[in-house]
Amino acid sequence: MILQQLSEAYGPSGDEGPVRELIAEEVRPHVEVLKVDSMGNLIAAKGLASSRPPVMVCAHMDEVALMVSWIEENGLLRFKKVGGIDDRILLSRAVKVGRKGVHGVIGAKPIHLQRPAERKSVVQSTDMFIDIGATDRSEAEKVVEPGDYALFDTRFEVTGDGMLKGKALDDRVGCAILCEVLKGDYSFPLYAVFTVQEELGLRGATVAAYSISPALGLVLEGTTCADIPGTEEPRWATRLGGGPALSVMDRASIANKDMLRRLREVAEREKIPYQFRRTTASGNDAGPVSLTREGVPTATVSVPCRYIHSAASMASRSDFENTVNLVSAFLADLSQRGY
Amino acid sequence: MQELIRELTEGYGPSGNEERVRTMIQEHVQGLVDEVRTDALGNLICVRRPTAPGSGLKVMLSAHMDEIGFVVTHIDDDGFVRFDLVGGNSPFRLLGQRVAFADGTVGVIGTEKIDEIKDLKLEKLFIDVGMSGEGAKSHITIGDMATYHRPMETSGDRVIAKALDDRIGCAILVEFLRRKAPSPHEIYCVFTVQEEVGLRGATTAAFGVKPDLGIAVDVTSTGDTPKARTMDVKLGKGVAIKMKDRSLIAHPRVKDLLLATAEDRDIPHQREVLEFGGTDAGAIHLTRGGVPSGTLSIPCRYIHTPSEMVDMVDVRACVDLLEATLAREITL
Repeated sequence: MILQQLSEAYGPSGDEGPVRELIAEEVRPHVEVLKVDSMGNLIAAKGLASSRPPVMVCAHMDEVALMVSWIEENGLLRFKKVGGIDDRILLSRAVKVGRKGVHGVIGAKPIHLQRPAERKSVVQSTDMFIDIGATDRSEAEKVVEPGDYALFDTRFEVTGDGMLKGKALDDRVGCAILCEVLKGDYSFPLYAVFTVQEELGLRGATVAAYSISPALGLVLEGTTCADIPGTEEPRWATRLGGGPALSVMDRASIANKDMLRRLREVAEREKIPYQFRRTTASGNDAGPVSLTREGVPTATVSVPCRYIHSAASMASRSDFENTVNLVSAFLADLSQRGY
Repeated sequence: MQELIRELTEGYGPSGNEERVRTMIQEHVQGLVDEVRTDALGNLICVRRPTAPGSGLKVMLSAHMDEIGFVVTHIDDDGFVRFDLVGGNSPFRLLGQRVAFADGTVGVIGTEKIDEIKDLKLEKLFIDVGMSGEGAKSHITIGDMATYHRPMETSGDRVIAKALDDRIGCAILVEFLRRKAPSPHEIYCVFTVQEEVGLRGATTAAFGVKPDLGIAVDVTSTGDTPKARTMDVKLGKGVAIKMKDRSLIAHPRVKDLLLATAEDRDIPHQREVLEFGGTDAGAIHLTRGGVPSGTLSIPCRYIHTPSEMVDMVDVRACVDLLEATLAREITL
């Protein structure tokens, strides 16, 4: 499945090239136009013979990552975070550095050398380093340089009863869904946009939406899910296996009410399970898309992902498939009944 | 004007749900403007063509229709409703408050047991709508929004109400239109949406209007209560002409124009520097290639509580200043 390749591919915010090439190959047979804009967004369009106003559906290609900032004399790499990562999930992770994928591991001062006060607090990412096995700076410089990204080294796997485990499910699930959706035919110009730099401030979508100037926007995401022991149900945000999550409001946008109503109608008619995203935390590309030019009605549909922004997230295959079904049915509904 | 303020402040309109307030305003401006339209985000754009000779500008006046509120995130089997905030608020303000949903359902904000007041966090709070789980779920669903539930009161020239931020600005724009003062300018009175969650409506409205000059009308804080944070704005001392806030440094010539007009016409006014917060002018002035913009503020105590307080002296001064400023030709 394309999701496996997408999850394992290299695509940190600002260097999404390999993911973009993968997607371009996947969607090329199904679209009329395929182009890359100046920021690196991949824009795939079809249905362009229609004179109806364009609909933009987007998913972001970039993933959270680390960036090498300094190489120590002894060959260890200091790094900065690219996007929101909890320091606590970094220690002892295996990573791959740079497009060449140099293997490394994130290290820090071992427990027996820590002072009592240090043991009680979380090791800060600024006190960690990536060890690529180089014995000194010049050896390290042969394979990495400051500015190289480091990604979690995680194999994608199908596990349990139809669960999907991998890195970067936020938002490669959205990318994979969009690839599927592009196989359908629609009676309006559909602009599928695979955006860049979402994790750094919704940047790619800002310029892509400006140039497309769509009449409607739909954002496909991987979103937070906390249906785990120790968390009470009101704070789950979403539930794994509960179906696609419809956003009502987050930090970047309030979903357009008519679109939300229509998504629910379509889901109920097609008997596709769905849930609401029950938190207002975080933001996504719907923010800039909705505020483009004179405003664009926009909504978000997400696949719940546990342990988002970590080395390995967990999503449900049925949520993924139901999201494909919901988005396809919604676009088919737009085709038939207009918007 | 107080009846208009009552109607607008008692209306329901949290961010993203401004339809009812928009309908009220639409009825009030009928016959007072040449064109009315609603854009994709829900902004109400009312256009008045020039009514006096002279070279005029395209002027955008902006007041936001939305108020802060609460969005439902979960309803439990006993009918208790969990919520997140819409716009800036604090759990300390919320205990015991009454709130109302769009369908009129009224609820009370309660809290789980807490040992110390500093443990009062948003996730401890819930809305009790006095119904069973089934009953609550038949009236309310996830994503529905509630607002404070309070009638307006007056005390002399003081008005106390929820949502004066920024229905008072809306009322001022309506009152300005009612006066039908001749103006050489093409005036766009824009009643915006989603200001409280990030100046969103003004962003798209200003892109569409393409104004030469932008003026937001909104409330501002005061420094005139016991041991208040230092701020040189007082209730009843006149309309506040904004120098700066977090979203905007008032354009020097717009600021000078407003100050000079107020002095010329003896309109009570004061200078305002607001340390926190912003207004629609923050979004308007960054539109396209930039728009010279300023803000006229109504001093308001207890902002974002159910009991915001303004003084009609300041409100009338604001209408007077808008009228006087737009009566003549403007060189920017």
